[in-house]
Amino acid sequence: MSDTPASKRLDIIRMKGRPTVNDYIPQIFDDFFEMHGDRLYGDDGAIKGGVAYFKGVPVTVIAQVKGRDLEENKASNFGMPHPEGYRKALRLAKQAEKFHRPVICLIDTAGAFCGVEAEQRGQGEAIARDIMEFMTLKTPIISIILGEGGSGGALALGVCDELAMLENAIYSVISPRGFASLLWKDASREKEAADIMKITAEDLVSLKVCDHIIPEPAEGAHTDAEATAAAISEYIFGALQRKFQKGLDELLNERYNKFRAIGEFTV
Amino acid sequence: MLDDIFSVVRQRWGSSSPERDDSKKPDIPKDLMFKCPRCGTVSFSEDFNLNGKVCPSCNYHSRLSARERLDITIDKGSLQEFDKEMVSKNPINFPDYEAKQQALRARTGLKDAVITGTAKIRNKEIVIIVMDSHFLMASMGSVVGEKITRAFEYATEHKLPVIAFTASGGARMQEGIVSLMQMAKTSGAVARHSEAGLLYITVMTDPTTGGVTASFASLGDIIIAEPKVLIGFAGRRVIEGTIRQKLPDEFQSAEFMLENGFVDMIVERKKMRRTLAHLLALHEQKGGAFDE
Ligand SMILES: [Zn+2]
Repeated sequence: MSDTPASKRLDIIRMKGRPTVNDYIPQIFDDFFEMHGDRLYGDDGAIKGGVAYFKGVPVTVIAQVKGRDLEENKASNFGMPHPEGYRKALRLAKQAEKFHRPVICLIDTAGAFCGVEAEQRGQGEAIARDIMEFMTLKTPIISIILGEGGSGGALALGVCDELAMLENAIYSVISPRGFASLLWKDASREKEAADIMKITAEDLVSLKVCDHIIPEPAEGAHTDAEATAAAISEYIFGALQRKFQKGLDELLNERYNKFRAIGEFTV
Repeated sequence: MLDDIFSVVRQRWGSSSPERDDSKKPDIPKDLMFKCPRCGTVSFSEDFNLNGKVCPSCNYHSRLSARERLDITIDKGSLQEFDKEMVSKNPINFPDYEAKQQALRARTGLKDAVITGTAKIRNKEIVIIVMDSHFLMASMGSVVGEKITRAFEYATEHKLPVIAFTASGGARMQEGIVSLMQMAKTSGAVARHSEAGLLYITVMTDPTTGGVTASFASLGDIIIAEPKVLIGFAGRRVIEGTIRQKLPDEFQSAEFMLENGFVDMIVERKKMRRTLAHLLALHEQKGGAFDE
């Protein structure tokens, strides 16, 4: 499966019936209590957050919600968060820090929402704040990209101690569609764009952005949501064990250095 | 998120865009005249330049090169530049990226889109960061990310304030995901500088957009903007495409950001150095006691 081109993976992650966080959360976590609102403006359905048990350990879950049908998508704005979503995420992350709970971020977004109100309420500032605060958050953070990891809207939940990707997930600086329209003034060439952008899990491991690839069933996660959820659980279990062994300073230094090391230049 | 930001910037600010291929048509008025992208007023370049590259009609503060910015901001000869020779590699083997960079280096005299170093403003030592939109629209690639990160790390280690003049079209597409990660890297360095209790002032200049807005540019203790400049996250055309209507001119301007609470103050270019000097002086003094 590892030689599946990015363009083909784009089809797989867009497959109707690909599991979303609404499928995964009940399978991976116990007693999930959802928390609402950023305490500043409102509640954003594109980001679902709350507390739960993971194998008996209390955790905070912050997840981007792609809808499984039109109804869900209306409620979650097709998984594209507004600033209040990012501010809710930060509030819950700070709460996790206070109560010494690890944070599990589930990423699945085409990107932060681009709109008039999003700009008025400071989309850029909201994302920047998450990135900065997550960088020094005094508790382990594990992030997993389930499908689409679109740009800064994904990175806001992607500053972490370990980043994992489902086998067919992608992570990119701009959507392949946006890339194609930028480069060739032709958005319909997105597949071609996907194949040159280096956005597959394997590409991102080689660029040291992604730390682990979580295998999917042979034809993709949609063929067996339960098996995929089990694979995600297994990964989270291992990742938390690795992070729990570390002292706080070591954890934070490694997190800083993980991002510090990315960049290719000569002096 | 950055869909189309470059083309939007180019389209909107086309007359002053350095990305345009000048060889295609004789651009006679371009040298003699300045057409303001905000209000459309045409003025003689000489008058416009004498006015500090500010539109005499609407006060739009147009783009400066990093060298021009340093000249009007810091004490003469005080710059000790960091990482002068740093250049990007081609992390995702993007077609023609090296050639494009080389051509730009020859044309602009810059190695990449940012100059960093220590400098003085009215004899107060600072670390200064100045982005230059004439190099690939000051998009953030490996060099921009690394130089800014090193500048903050130096400032943290030497207990110095940082002043950053931001300008950027956003991410550098040619570096793919590596570009995106510079947002995290720079913000991490800002966080450590901030935790050390040190001052960071952002000055947003034209245009501050995309991934730079969504990282270190928005994280200053004090955020200043120049009048009428473009500040935003998403590209205007993307938003117009979503809502299917044209946006008003003032959308994503410095004034719009002030009104919505994301900028502390708008400061005219001719008062910038003075303002920065005052703010630096105020922060040098620790509060909590009056003189005897
Ligand atoms: Zn004007």
